[in-house]
Amino acid sequence: MTNVPVHEWTLLEAARKVREKEISSRELTGAILARIEALDPKVHAYITVLPEAAAAQAAACDEEQAKGTLRGPFHGVPIGLKDIFCTRGVRTTCGSRILHDFIPPYDACVTEKVLGTGAVLPGKHNMDEFAMGSSTETSFFGPTRNPWDLSRIPGGSSGGTAAAVAAAMCFAGVGTDTGGSIRQPASLCGVVGVKPTYGRVSRYGMIAFASSLDQGGPIARTVADAAALLGVIAGYDRRDSTCVDIPVPDYLAAVERPVKGLRVGLPKEYYEGDGLSPEVRAAVEKALKALTDQGAAVVEVSLPHTSFALSTYYLIAPAEASSNLARYDGVRYGYRAEGASGLIEMMSRTRAEGFGDEVKRRVMIGTYALSAGYYDAFYGKAQKVRTLIRDDFTKAFESADVLLTPTAPTPAFRLGEKTGDPLTMYLSDIYTIPCNLAGIPGISVPCGFSAEGLPIGAQLLSKPFREETLFTAAGAIERVLPLRRVAPLEG
Amino acid sequence: MAITREEVLHVARLARLSLPEAEAERLREQLSAILDYVKQLDRLDTRDVVPTSHAVETGTPFRDDVVEPFGDREALLANAPDRHNDCFRVPRIIED
Repeated sequence: MTNVPVHEWTLLEAARKVREKEISSRELTGAILARIEALDPKVHAYITVLPEAAAAQAAACDEEQAKGTLRGPFHGVPIGLKDIFCTRGVRTTCGSRILHDFIPPYDACVTEKVLGTGAVLPGKHNMDEFAMGSSTETSFFGPTRNPWDLSRIPGGSSGGTAAAVAAAMCFAGVGTDTGGSIRQPASLCGVVGVKPTYGRVSRYGMIAFASSLDQGGPIARTVADAAALLGVIAGYDRRDSTCVDIPVPDYLAAVERPVKGLRVGLPKEYYEGDGLSPEVRAAVEKALKALTDQGAAVVEVSLPHTSFALSTYYLIAPAEASSNLARYDGVRYGYRAEGASGLIEMMSRTRAEGFGDEVKRRVMIGTYALSAGYYDAFYGKAQKVRTLIRDDFTKAFESADVLLTPTAPTPAFRLGEKTGDPLTMYLSDIYTIPCNLAGIPGISVPCGFSAEGLPIGAQLLSKPFREETLFTAAGAIERVLPLRRVAPLEG
Repeated sequence: MAITREEVLHVARLARLSLPEAEAERLREQLSAILDYVKQLDRLDTRDVVPTSHAVETGTPFRDDVVEPFGDREALLANAPDRHNDCFRVPRIIED
């Protein structure tokens, strides 16, 4: 067996080796911190790195283990968090100037659960400002670069998390997905990303963008790692009134299940149109072949309202965002503009100076769509079309157990390529957005590389709370297409 | 669907965003383009469609209304951009 470097171990391997005392958490965490120090100046996957705190956490893990105590399944293993999850005492910026110095007085539910497994927090991952973007270029702290090609974007908004996982600067991470923000960067960085069913993971302490669409979920290098991590962050939390109280199944057990007889639906609308790159199409066909070779059946399905999803999303998400972001007013925390003579002027200047262009644009669209005289024509209309989109999926799942589609229409694009035209940027989420509107779960799993060596992902979608089906199908694809997951990047 | 400069300024006031002249014009163009795009929804007849506000309907969860004091007051106040003792200080509220 060849010697795999420590930082390239899977999450489950790293956890097992700590548990069996093949390596200490100090050594494991040290390897990751060294990797961050060497590579992050190029990739910029982290907004905040926590070398001292992580080393102290690792030392505490080792001491407890010496006394015979393990905190949980990921004892002593570095797992990163998107900088949208509140971390008590650790700056949480959401990629924005307006929260550049915000120190949360409490942990998000996801933070509690991840730390509760015994995981070590190496730092907080970069992201598009308030998760609004598809490239990580809207971050106030500067863009993240794709570890497979530093001239390209990693996707977004969880681009920092996907890039950190792909560059082996953590063993896994947790991101959030409102319209594709976990799956699209996972696809573009060659890793696995899961958007769970709405209500599966608590949103408590996860800074809100669009409350009816936001979900946290894992990004990891293998399907099994993602399944194991979802298993610990999923579950009921009374502090999120939309969190659903149903048992969390053993996702890891689902990864090895056979796909024989599984009905794989191909939504024809996702394969039509000239936006889909031929290379992406060919790679997704390989994923399909992997499934059919193992006995899965193919059915053609139709999601007739697909072409209306982007419009629906770009009314609903900004409307909810304009309401959620009203709290950033410079009064209680975050950035405040200097020298204003009155309260309204202080708030208006704070928000103008504290928010970036994309956030302002969406706050404006959302405010407009909710304003008197326009509510029915825009927001109300979008909510009705959302019903039609959701019904499309319900019908498709009568004949299919899982749907297979591309995750993104193209491999990673170049920095600056789409920043000039918001609508073109929005189109990179065209295959991921309908899933959020319908509230169903989705996964992106690597299925190939472009001629230029850029990763390509396939998306699988299933019925609400059937994440197990996603892990079974993605596991089957991974078994046949064991692609390289760590980007070839040296310090 | 073109939106006017006045509408842009009105929406900016509602959203509490101060807007320099040059930015107002740029936003007017971008918002018009986006609103043009989303008007495609008008092609769908939705008269008999029930709107979806949450994809997974869970109903309203009830619990006992119990007061739970927040443990770390100081950590909350420490985030204040301008603090006076245990209060958040702001510029004057009643303007001339």
